[in-house]
Amino acid sequence: MSGVTTSARGFNLKSWLAERGVDRLLILLIPAFLAMVAFFIYPTMYGTYLSFHPMDAKSGALGNYRSFFGDPYMRDSIWNTFRIALPVSLINVFAAIPLAVRLRHRVRGKRTINTLLVIPMSLGTVLVAEGLSAYLAPNGWFNRTLLATGIIDQPLQLLHNFWGVMISLLITGFPFAFLLTLSYISGINPKMEEAASTLGATSWQRFRYITFPLLTPGLAITFCLNFVLAFSVFPSANLLGNPAGDSHVLAVAAAQAIVNNYDYSMASAISVITGGFELAVVALVLVMRSRLYSGSTSGGKG
Amino acid sequence: MALSNLSLTIGNGEFVALLGPSGCGKSTALNCLAGLLPLTDGSIFLDDRRIDTLPPERRDFGMVFQNYALFPHLTVRQNIGFGLKIKKVAKAEIERRVSAAINLVQLSLHADKHPSQLSGGQQQRVAIARAIVIEPQVVLMDEPLSNLDAKLRHEMRSEIKRLHRELGLTTVYVTHDQEEALSLADRLVVLHDGKVQQIGTPEDVYMNPTNSFVADFMGYRNMISMDLVAGGSAGKYSLRASGLELTASNLFSGAAAGKVRVAIRPEDLLVENALGNNISCTVKSVEYQGKDFAVEVSTEQGITLHIRTPKKLEVGQSTNLTVPSERVLVYPDSDK
Repeated sequence: MSGVTTSARGFNLKSWLAERGVDRLLILLIPAFLAMVAFFIYPTMYGTYLSFHPMDAKSGALGNYRSFFGDPYMRDSIWNTFRIALPVSLINVFAAIPLAVRLRHRVRGKRTINTLLVIPMSLGTVLVAEGLSAYLAPNGWFNRTLLATGIIDQPLQLLHNFWGVMISLLITGFPFAFLLTLSYISGINPKMEEAASTLGATSWQRFRYITFPLLTPGLAITFCLNFVLAFSVFPSANLLGNPAGDSHVLAVAAAQAIVNNYDYSMASAISVITGGFELAVVALVLVMRSRLYSGSTSGGKG
Repeated sequence: MALSNLSLTIGNGEFVALLGPSGCGKSTALNCLAGLLPLTDGSIFLDDRRIDTLPPERRDFGMVFQNYALFPHLTVRQNIGFGLKIKKVAKAEIERRVSAAINLVQLSLHADKHPSQLSGGQQQRVAIARAIVIEPQVVLMDEPLSNLDAKLRHEMRSEIKRLHRELGLTTVYVTHDQEEALSLADRLVVLHDGKVQQIGTPEDVYMNPTNSFVADFMGYRNMISMDLVAGGSAGKYSLRASGLELTASNLFSGAAAGKVRVAIRPEDLLVENALGNNISCTVKSVEYQGKDFAVEVSTEQGITLHIRTPKKLEVGQSTNLTVPSERVLVYPDSDK
């Protein structure tokens, strides 16, 4: 018998799976999947389950949600969170664009600038918040410099209010937005801009009509990731903000439910509400994104 | 950078091809023309206007890129209309000119598709239409056919030729394919190591390469080291190598008595007996190539020669070759 005939004997798992469009190597994903079930899916589902079983069993399944939305102080935490997360993510994304546009080519000092930008990200929010609480204090370097140069005559109140949280989130979120934007922008074939320039487009027109439209889908993703990070702000709201007042964000509300009242059920309900708003914003952005061109940006044969 | 001493005046409506192997500086030259690379030295004039100080967007050159560089988020129509929109041409006028360009490159059926929905050849047509619809002073083409398969390459070559004939646009075309350059251009510029080797009409460059590099590049596969015997009469120069004697009717500049390089095209070696330039040899290998055979032969002293002939030869067979003395090109030995 020649060696080229296909064996019909026995059961071949690989080809059985292949016929059904399943790659056998997907088996390798099982450990990761199990880890996800154990550390993400189960806790999320358990948290959701908890949120529908309030400490005060008489108030019914929706008791936590009813008391959250019924309490103006709690209800305001939604607005407090949006008020910080939305502007922070928008500023981060839009500030990242010009820098990424400049730094996508070989530029002198590119490494230094990259390193400087990445450091805050690797330090972590707590350390940055700690540092800022000294630096931005009424007798900290920032105010002292402004006072000494005569720009202001009263120290600026940048701590324990909205601005402290805002500044800290800008510092930790911007590098993230910048690196993502840079990688998206580097994926755009520079030949396209060259083609546009031979067709008469100035550098602004090339950005406006070529680079920006091709970058927008990436910016939408960058915004979503930044927004989710900022929306769950906790350390800087506690350390630099006014966690009882205008920095009473959703994460702080959830933590207080546990720390002050030992109410895990209420904390879970607040987390579910947080997740719901995040999902709603992300879904809205992604729907808008799907209406844009989101194919290859490398040009040439697709 | 990779280019020196290129001095060229291109006439209105002329089709000039920059030809050379990869790394010879031909793309550099084109990018300098377009303004995409800075000129370290020298200047470029369009008519009497100096343009090398202008950015690319103000040079009024249309460029066709090797990878097409179409805008993936725009339709065929929007891609082609991009330059006109930037130049703030009136809407109705844009509509009219874009439609005309789409018809010209025969893409009417695909006008509202995106580039990713088109084949390579169709994308190339869009790239060409986009460059010519702005009616540029000069069209620059950077190896526009190198990404297409052989059949499509031939079709697009005729297409480019037709468009040039119909529109009369001054064109600078970069390629490494001598066949492409010969068939398209009015004038060839052969480049090597950033230096101009020869400028001339296709016939001129093909029949009389000025040096052994150009000869080699234009398909003179037989490059033989020989001795030029001193004292030949004008139009009759004797050449010798081990066991091989040839007569040439003219020498290229620099070739003098002593060591020389002799270039002969495979097509110029004829399989027949003749009185002058008779070479006896043995057939070493035969490749069938459709309309003729590519045959490798060897002289008794072991000099290998390549010939092309419609005659069917057998491996091992002895045969006689001849070559007209005017098709024996003699170059100085030093240039290689």
